[in-house]
Amino acid sequence: MAKQTWEQADIAAKKAVPEGLWVQCLKCGATVFGKTLEASLDVCPKCDHHHRVTARVRIRQLVDPESFEQFNADLTASDPLGFVDVKTYRSRIEAARLKSGENDGCLTGVGFVKGRKVVLAAMDFTFLGGSMGSVVGEKLARATEHAIDHDLPLVIVSCSGGARMQESGYSLMQMAKTSAVLGRFDDAGGLFISVLADPTTGGVTASFAMLGDVILAEPRALIGFAGPRVIRNTIRQDLPSGFQTSEFVKNSGFVDRIVHRRDLRSEIGRIIDYAGK
Amino acid sequence: MPPAGYSPNYELEFESAVQEIDRQIDALDSKDDSARFEAEIQSLRSTRNDLLRKIYGDLSPWQTVRVARHPLRPHSDDYIRMMCRDYCELHGDRHFGDDPAITCGFGRIGSRKVMLIGHCKGHETADKIRCHFGCAHPEGYRKALLKMKLAEKYRLPIVTLIDTPGAYPGVGSEQRGQAEAIARNLMEMSRLRTPVVCVVIGEGGSGGALGIGVGDRVAMLEHAWYSVISPEGCAAILWKEANEETNTIAARALNLTAKDNLKHGLVDAIIPEPEGGAHRNPEAAAAQLQSWILDQLAELSRLQPETLVRQRFEKFRSIGPVVSMEMPAPAET
Ligand SMILES: [Zn+2]
Repeated sequence: MAKQTWEQADIAAKKAVPEGLWVQCLKCGATVFGKTLEASLDVCPKCDHHHRVTARVRIRQLVDPESFEQFNADLTASDPLGFVDVKTYRSRIEAARLKSGENDGCLTGVGFVKGRKVVLAAMDFTFLGGSMGSVVGEKLARATEHAIDHDLPLVIVSCSGGARMQESGYSLMQMAKTSAVLGRFDDAGGLFISVLADPTTGGVTASFAMLGDVILAEPRALIGFAGPRVIRNTIRQDLPSGFQTSEFVKNSGFVDRIVHRRDLRSEIGRIIDYAGK
Repeated sequence: MPPAGYSPNYELEFESAVQEIDRQIDALDSKDDSARFEAEIQSLRSTRNDLLRKIYGDLSPWQTVRVARHPLRPHSDDYIRMMCRDYCELHGDRHFGDDPAITCGFGRIGSRKVMLIGHCKGHETADKIRCHFGCAHPEGYRKALLKMKLAEKYRLPIVTLIDTPGAYPGVGSEQRGQAEAIARNLMEMSRLRTPVVCVVIGEGGSGGALGIGVGDRVAMLEHAWYSVISPEGCAAILWKEANEETNTIAARALNLTAKDNLKHGLVDAIIPEPEGGAHRNPEAAAAQLQSWILDQLAELSRLQPETLVRQRFEKFRSIGPVVSMEMPAPAET
């Protein structure tokens, strides 16, 4: 099978911000030069809004240059249920593959963060909302097993709406699968740093994302189990201001640290050092 | 979560013909000279039973969901009462409170001592509200885990009865870490060093169901459903509207019936229900449930804890088909 190199695929990947263009901040509307936004890691220099980035951009922002080696890039969804809603799942996967330049909703591999070797995974919101189906579950499980076998720290950057409906029970069971493999990693004394980016909700939060030995979150990310709309419809009340933000979740006791994107590399580095991994 | 349209209106229109015959039988039965109609009653009964068998032998997925939510369908507390002689309920998560949406306790099934864990939906209105219609809070999942660890300590097997539309979506449940509570249960259940047997007895709604559902053996009652999302939730997202028509299509697409889940290897067994569903004969349903549980416990009790944990791990590790494909062509930029 012909394999693309990381660099070729990187060029193919949809960039969060086109180069050489003026782009508008999605939060404050400020017009920012594309290069500037890229240099600030897609964080608005005016209002500090952390824009969503693709898995590929996320990994590039985190690892030392040229140090990332991807695992299982060829894995894609098999549509085990032949799922059809208003579109076929097959056509949704195809559209997502072409749009994202990726085979599914997360990238995994091994690379160096500030000189420390880690197993790294990043979810891609542009691929069906970063939803977890069998491919995401399988890639995360294999990445975790690689971390166990090679005694490496594991970093997963979550960015997902939750489990993927179109694989129904199979998606649900990925929650059990990823959590079970993390149980083995825990038994082996591994260090799992879970990084929560906007958004991290549903079955992703309710499985591996909340099982970090250390849980970091980007500022003002949406983090929760149920979506705000579902909660509003259930309790029929307005939600408290700041509800389900990183800051709210930290104050509730479920996130260790809120970390600005520019500090993420050094934070990951020093936690690895403290854990002696 | 209680899905949209979760109303107490449980007139199951697909069995209205059966109810009509029931009314005719009752009318004849209640006559002073009902003995004269013995033959006619017999014939009506036979017609009715044939019809019931036919209807319940071929329920659509959405009809199955409606049966699984039947208000007279036995709940965990009913099965526990029918199966256990000496249930010793254990309350509280020792951190926040006692969630009535999950019951936990020691009990004896046949001659076996077990730890029972089950979702509770409540029966009377006040009771249902107290139990949030079977939607547990984080303290419910934490209570369940605490009692499961207790069972592990004393080498007692664990039996969980799953019956929830989903974990409760509210401000308090988010604040107290609903996601963390479920995630923790998934990880810890996968490595419990004691047998774990799970049965979806009614509704298996998503993470709220799986939160007590990681077992060595997982079964579904014949008319239970189990899926990543309720049909209404799925219809509201993918079809933009949940109504009778879209719920019907979504329920089918989700492959949520016991047969579907067994076919896809997501559960290990289907426990047959009495004709016309568990709500028509709770004792018979409990007997079937008990017999399946005891069979599993007999087999699992012979395994070493290491073997149990390894086999349970492999069971969940192996779920999730993937295929290999070349990277997509470079996207236009
Ligand atoms: Zn801005």
